[in-house]
Amino acid sequence: MRRILSFLGMTLYFAFLAMPLLWMLSMSFKTTDEILTVRSFIPQAFTWQNYQTVLTDPGWRSAFFNSLLYVFINTVITLIVALPAAYAFSRYKFRGDHHLFFWLLTNRMAPGAVFVLPFVQLYGREGLGLFDTHWAVALAHTLFSIPLAVWILEGFMSGIPKAIDETAYIDGYSFPGFFFKIFTPLIAPGIGVAAFFSFMFSWVEVIMASNLTRTNARPLAVALTASLGAEGWDWGVIAAVGVLTLVPGAVLIYFVRNNLAKGFALGRV
Amino acid sequence: MKQTNQRAWFFLLPALIIVAINAFIPFMTVINYSFIDKLQGLPSFWIGLENYSSVLQNNNFRQAVGRQFAFSFLVLAIQVPLGILISLGMPKKGIGATATLIAIGLPLLIPWQVVGIIWRAFTRSDLGFVPIIFNQFNYNYDAALNSADAWWTVVIMDVWHWTPLIALLCYSGLNAIPDAYYQAARIDGASRLKTFWVVTLPRLRSVLTIGILLRFMDSFRIYIEPTMVTGGGPGNTTAFMSDVLVRQAQAFNFGPAAAMSLIYFYIILIISYVFFQVLTNAGTGSDQPQEA
Repeated sequence: MRRILSFLGMTLYFAFLAMPLLWMLSMSFKTTDEILTVRSFIPQAFTWQNYQTVLTDPGWRSAFFNSLLYVFINTVITLIVALPAAYAFSRYKFRGDHHLFFWLLTNRMAPGAVFVLPFVQLYGREGLGLFDTHWAVALAHTLFSIPLAVWILEGFMSGIPKAIDETAYIDGYSFPGFFFKIFTPLIAPGIGVAAFFSFMFSWVEVIMASNLTRTNARPLAVALTASLGAEGWDWGVIAAVGVLTLVPGAVLIYFVRNNLAKGFALGRV
Repeated sequence: MKQTNQRAWFFLLPALIIVAINAFIPFMTVINYSFIDKLQGLPSFWIGLENYSSVLQNNNFRQAVGRQFAFSFLVLAIQVPLGILISLGMPKKGIGATATLIAIGLPLLIPWQVVGIIWRAFTRSDLGFVPIIFNQFNYNYDAALNSADAWWTVVIMDVWHWTPLIALLCYSGLNAIPDAYYQAARIDGASRLKTFWVVTLPRLRSVLTIGILLRFMDSFRIYIEPTMVTGGGPGNTTAFMSDVLVRQAQAFNFGPAAAMSLIYFYIILIISYVFFQVLTNAGTGSDQPQEA
């Protein structure tokens, strides 16, 4: 009885999860005419036209590339600086550590809408001079991704007994030797999960990415906004772009699935 | 026992420098704006708390605050229990586990704008699927005209979008609970419900803390998705705080907009801090923050 209920519940939830996605998927294979006249999940005049339009257009292609590039840079920077920071929180006690840990997260709390203006100044010509580069978006996104990565990695690291560190020193390892040869492999699942979240929040963010770029690093979000013209939306093309935005994420989840499944529940909080 | 060691700062430095550059300078600029009267092309001058008092008397803002609290409360109240339930129902290994993980992760990996677009396509009365369903029940669903429809559409969209985050985190947390805990509970003859309360839930505390904090902050700052689906309407019924804020900024009322963002920020900060303290200490029998 319990099994049946749980199965029913999960089926219902997955139907709910899938329906909007399937609706978009089916729209992406329809002609504009059909989208506006017939409403069904199965396209009647199946067409690849929308995908062709997107994939052959240099604007869309470079937008995809730009988004992937800054997301990648962001993930790499995040991991490089978050690993030692998380180690510090997990292994040492120091003045203000508890508050600092929470402070990191407060950086996710600022409403983007107004904070984006000074950001544009900061990265502009009078500031760091990075406006309209992939670095600008990648660095701006670290504001959200570093705090989260530190939180996640700290949780994994605190699950590794301190004795491991001490044994390694006794065995004659230097700190970098220990950190990269012994410690990093132990928290590999944590690195996978942290990378997943860094990628995710950078890939989906719109406000910063669109305000910090113009033409050279124009991300997907801006290309999409630009395509929402005044004379009505080209729903088929938009749906095709929507489906394509799912691909990198789906690939990523496939790779980190075991890390997610391995579990993290240990640590600070 | 952890070492007390100021060497920790050395490890923290790179992260702190990057975060601080990104955080402090824009933050100071916004604070600065909030105290001045800034009009384009004119010299700005100090007006003290005038921006703040004008924001606090702004009816649009006050109503948006109310809507925002209602929205965040509602989505947390749905997403947290639902996410836990789903994580309990997810298969633990095999191809089923992979498939469910990918399916559940998908909504999280869609750019927020596209989430809004998907739901717009799904619910619009002229091309959506949802209106057809409601028509079967003789209900004339229209998120563009009916406030209640619009409100629930945005809530359901958020549930669709973010319940997976709680589910993924809890799934990960569940997998870290050693089997021995459950065996012990079984030997003690604990019922399923009791086992859940005493064994499972406390072990999910850490992942739920992250999950609830993230959900609270992000739901409070929601902007792009409702803008895409309802445009804040009909009327102002789905205009949340960010929406009101953006309209201020777009009208070049930088002073009031800055004051509004800071009030907004402090509301999120204070509530998150309370959540953080409560969740960190819940079930540990301690009034003090846990040793860091």
